[in-house]
Amino acid sequence: MPAKIAFEHVEKRFALRDGEHVALGGLTFDVAAGEFFVIVGPSGCGKTTLLRIAAGLEEPTAGRVTIARGDGDRPENAMVFQGESIFPWMTVRDNAAYGLKMRGASKRHIDDVVGHYLDRTGLQAFADAYPHQLSGGMKQRVSIARAFACDPEVLLMDEPFSALDEQNRTLLQEELLRIWDETKKTVVFITHSVDEAVTLGDRIMIMSSDRGRPKAFVDVPFPRPRSVLDLRATPEYGRLFHDIWAELRDEIRFPTAPAAS
Amino acid sequence: MNADARDRLLGVASPVALFAIWEIAARMHAIDTHFFPAPSSIAGTFGTMIGDGTLLSNTLTTLGRLGLGILAGGVPALLIGLAMGLYRPVYALVDPLISATYPIPKSAILPLILLVFGLGEASKIAMVAIGMFFPVVINTAAGVRQINPMYFDVGRNFGARGWAVFRTIAFPGALPVIMTGIKLGVGLGLILIAIAEMVGAQSGLGFLIWNAWQILQVNVMYVGLITIAVIGFVLTVLLNEIERLLIPARTRR
Repeated sequence: MPAKIAFEHVEKRFALRDGEHVALGGLTFDVAAGEFFVIVGPSGCGKTTLLRIAAGLEEPTAGRVTIARGDGDRPENAMVFQGESIFPWMTVRDNAAYGLKMRGASKRHIDDVVGHYLDRTGLQAFADAYPHQLSGGMKQRVSIARAFACDPEVLLMDEPFSALDEQNRTLLQEELLRIWDETKKTVVFITHSVDEAVTLGDRIMIMSSDRGRPKAFVDVPFPRPRSVLDLRATPEYGRLFHDIWAELRDEIRFPTAPAAS
Repeated sequence: MNADARDRLLGVASPVALFAIWEIAARMHAIDTHFFPAPSSIAGTFGTMIGDGTLLSNTLTTLGRLGLGILAGGVPALLIGLAMGLYRPVYALVDPLISATYPIPKSAILPLILLVFGLGEASKIAMVAIGMFFPVVINTAAGVRQINPMYFDVGRNFGARGWAVFRTIAFPGALPVIMTGIKLGVGLGLILIAIAEMVGAQSGLGFLIWNAWQILQVNVMYVGLITIAVIGFVLTVLLNEIERLLIPARTRR
């Protein structure tokens, strides 16, 4: 499959008072078109920085990220942010329509597409509610609907479920897989949860806490469509979970101090 | 009777009682009616002034100046405040000027304003505008700066640029704080218009009050005072209502 996203020698350094912090130490890898690519790593390993660079919200110190454009006038990427990122001053509908509105889509097109994704996320009944009336899981559904609605080339998801409780997280993972199966968008999904990585991904990149380098790539062989619960009951799931944990454990036990110079 | 109904009743009872005691004291000449004419006699003057149109024309004059001043001060304050909140260099540039001029008592600027704008309408409007400007510009800048930076990332990620960032993020995100500034500014504007009309005007409620003092028509003075109080009260109610309509419950402060 052709590369949809190419990360080439992506580097990010921050100047500190007493030296320099290397957040990303030159990453090179490709994400294939239609791939659900998961990056898993300990907190502080630079995975969020990497995603923000891919989203164009931050500039790399060196290297570049290129996203291949398909036909049609789509936005290059849309991000599902960590935590509460939907606007509290807009209704659910206006939040979900935000990307389309900013791109100047026609009212009819917005109504159609937003209506569809509010349906798919079970938010139709809350379309005119304000975010403070919603639970954490509902708010994240709005954020997902907002990202899918603007039909981007790639979807970037930054630990979208990390603030949710276990039950809600499982539900949202299922819903995300269902919506994703319909669109087969290229996804880069960041998480610190091995469970989540194995459940959702086609391929997993394990990131090292040592200056933000990839430590290993793992293929996830499970067929799609996947059922989250059935999948977790299989021995293969357990084995993969175990292997990835074994890789990650060292990273968490022996974190590297920021380089001082 | 439940507690709410009782509180409402008590809230009405205290002014009624005050007026009753005042009326009785005035009729018994227990207080000097030159300074404290009986409420009934003030009410009579009220009636006369409504009848001959002097109350309405002076009230409209004051409201007109107040309205123009609110716009003249509020609109630039809003735009400058938004720019200060969004762009650090603008903040660095403008904030020292505001911090330096803000503590000057606004009433102390009146002679300067009269000098610059003359004795006509412009000086009255300018006084209100100054009163409105400071709270609105300060609150707008602070309101934008307290918006979670993530919302601006969301805007950028979904293609909001320039004016769209103002309209969809900075303004609605800061609106609860801006409304507080607008309420303060309108209150200050009302104080300042009364002062300005006392010194350099031939019309308006401030002039009415000042003139009544000069010719010792104490009743007329009370009518002016009560009218200004009512305007202040109505404006407060109006602004609270606007706030309620504009801002969804949770983001209100």
